[in-house]
Amino acid sequence: MARTDPKKDVVIVGLGWTGAIMGIELASEGLEILALERGPDRSTVPDFKYPEVIDELEYGIRFGFMQRPKNSTITVRRTGDEVAQPMRRLGSFLPGDGVGGAGIHWNGQTWRPMENEYRLRSYVEEEFGAEAIPEDMTIQDWGVTAEELEPYYDRFEYMAGISGQAGNINGKIIEGGNPFEAPRSRDYPLPPLKQTVDAKLFAEAARGMGYHPFPRPAANASEAWTNEYGMQLGPCNFCGFCERYGCINYSKSSPQTCILDALKRYPNFSYRVNSEVLRVDLAPDGQTATGVTYWDEEAQEEVTQSADLVILAAYQLHNVHLMLLSGIGEPYDPQSGEGVTGKNYSYQMNGGTTMFFRDVDFNPFAGAGSVGMAIDDFAINQIDFGAEGFIGGSYIVAGNSNGQPIRGISLPEGTPEWGAGWKQGIGEWYGHSMSIGSHGSCLSYRDCHLDLDPTYTDRHGRPLMRMTFDWKPNDIRMTQFMKRKIEEIAQSMNPDSWQSSFKGEGARYDIRPYQTTHNVGGSIMGTDPNTSAVNRYLQAWGQHNVFVLGAGAFPQNIQYNPTGAVGALAYWAARAIREDYLPNPGPLV
Amino acid sequence: MTPKFLQTSRRAFLGGSAAAAALSALSEPALAQRNQPTLDQYEPVYLTAAEWAFVMAAVARIIPSDGDGPGAIEARVPVFIDRQLAGDFGAASDLYMEGPFAPEADMNLGTQSPLTPAEIYRQGIAAFDAWCRSEQGAALGDLDPDAQDAALQALADDEVGLKPELREFWTLLLQNTKEGYFADPRHGGNAGMQAWVYIGFPGARANFHEWAGRDEAYPLGPVDIAGERA
Repeated sequence: MARTDPKKDVVIVGLGWTGAIMGIELASEGLEILALERGPDRSTVPDFKYPEVIDELEYGIRFGFMQRPKNSTITVRRTGDEVAQPMRRLGSFLPGDGVGGAGIHWNGQTWRPMENEYRLRSYVEEEFGAEAIPEDMTIQDWGVTAEELEPYYDRFEYMAGISGQAGNINGKIIEGGNPFEAPRSRDYPLPPLKQTVDAKLFAEAARGMGYHPFPRPAANASEAWTNEYGMQLGPCNFCGFCERYGCINYSKSSPQTCILDALKRYPNFSYRVNSEVLRVDLAPDGQTATGVTYWDEEAQEEVTQSADLVILAAYQLHNVHLMLLSGIGEPYDPQSGEGVTGKNYSYQMNGGTTMFFRDVDFNPFAGAGSVGMAIDDFAINQIDFGAEGFIGGSYIVAGNSNGQPIRGISLPEGTPEWGAGWKQGIGEWYGHSMSIGSHGSCLSYRDCHLDLDPTYTDRHGRPLMRMTFDWKPNDIRMTQFMKRKIEEIAQSMNPDSWQSSFKGEGARYDIRPYQTTHNVGGSIMGTDPNTSAVNRYLQAWGQHNVFVLGAGAFPQNIQYNPTGAVGALAYWAARAIREDYLPNPGPLV
Repeated sequence: MTPKFLQTSRRAFLGGSAAAAALSALSEPALAQRNQPTLDQYEPVYLTAAEWAFVMAAVARIIPSDGDGPGAIEARVPVFIDRQLAGDFGAASDLYMEGPFAPEADMNLGTQSPLTPAEIYRQGIAAFDAWCRSEQGAALGDLDPDAQDAALQALADDEVGLKPELREFWTLLLQNTKEGYFADPRHGGNAGMQAWVYIGFPGARANFHEWAGRDEAYPLGPVDIAGERA
């Protein structure tokens, strides 16, 4: 069975943050838009309502809001000579599923990259010489600058009602903010969140060592907020069920709380759920897309949906998968270094030190996803790469998002994993530990890439995408540097005991434990069609009516959580489409 | 809909004698479970009698009853595990289960067993009990506690000769035991929320704005999703 539906002006693949942003920006142009979401519909009520969603097993452990590997997964290998195996169960990262995507289950940590992260290769070459870049490191410039993107960060942050404290407004350093950040045009829309006990203790210790603590920018509203679309957020109540859950309280910025109800009022916008796009269809000459073909789960048939403009707004992995399946961009070949689609897959290098304080009540259940105090004294623009022997940086943070017990109770080293000792340990130490984390950059390398798996297929018979990724010495040296800095701070706090967990020499990528859902690259942006998959406006080089949004555009990973940059780039691309592309469709570069 | 814990508070506030009796009955954790059979009356949905005996014995050593706080038995963890294995979790209904399978692949690449969690328990219990019989002279459930601990440690250390398809057995057993101990009571374990009471987790209260940043012990006990209070 198959059907062909009437043509639309725009088809959007995926209805998470970027699909919702592009949807409402283009809907206001009067275009006929269809968004296709492969998962189910989701709304605050009934899907996130109290108390049913406060179920750690269902959502925190069994991943009720995540993609099921049965429906969609990848294969993974660490090196080119290993046989990739399918990721049969979720672990290392948790792509979202359904309307809102990962935008419903994130913590809301909303950053702007440092200025030098957009031009990392140029920065390193200028400051430290080309020889500072290892031979197998394939870092690139983004083709866009912090100054150019500033208005789009501002737009995203005001739309999403971010709580924070500016550190640099038009070059003026503001006490209490991040003095190392790129200049911003005005303060955050909302003041910072209240801070938890661990964050306050960390900030005091960091200040004592001469560092510059500031509140972590949060998409958890500190006060009521109404955004440009008339959508309203209420103040976060520190429920302690943020990451992996939809927000019970209309407090976490998400497509649902910030955009979707306003978008659904446009009669020229519609969306279909349980509709998985199988491929982007190209014209016979391959120079444009004609639309998409998707699987309509309800009707159990393939649908041909033509459109003048195709927006890939799925999760990073799925955008790249669709590009590889559809012939958008030359597939990257790690042997020759030629090709662009799938190039420069990267991840995030994190680590942390946990401290135990018998006499402090941290009340970890009173948490918010983005609460915390951070320092950027060891950010990527503060480190002498020549002297330290690595390229990269990290923010360092303490802030407690939750105290859910199944997800793990920190116990002092030497506590057994089971039996009487474990049971005694959880009674003694629940609520009496805190962590200082390093959230660091992860650069791009010649062999780390995405392509199609030769063996495994999905439920539609399409090849799974194959990830080749492993930790590299440069990034391990970076995280070991952060370990030394964090342990100095931890020791100055005089805990009863402490222990560290950072990647060490020879560490291999392990897909089992959760690390972070910050998968980047594969559809990287740039200024040269020979080295990037999309241009600086996220437009495919070879098909001018295809735009690819999301963190796939990052040519290497930043030292921050990606959503701020993902949101800013969506608004940046939306402006280019509205003002430049629609009047004169064609390559924007 | 008014959550049940507010309804009972309201009745208590009104002070009617029948309502007061109902409240005091509800506040007894043991009686809050009053509609549930005791563990020896429970009829497992998935586990066979021998498997049930194994799970009862194993979880009683993983989280023993002595010392402070409930053990896995008091928390009704075996009921939780049986229900999980009988449901979507046991059937691997979210997992990618297409071949070819390479169960001996590097552990870092994640589980590669062709077996579902329910099948891993079934085959794992049979294989491990056989090992216990040959090494210790009896199935796990018939050993004394010290011998049970030694056998489980051998299982944890991957020293009991399980085939690669079963190498996740201990990880699942340990994880599912802790899940059953701490999950909301709606899933069959954490009876009376006693595991939450023990560590000081307030359950599904989910409203702590005024407690953020206060270094002092939180005074209220837990509530669960059904609105019961411990």
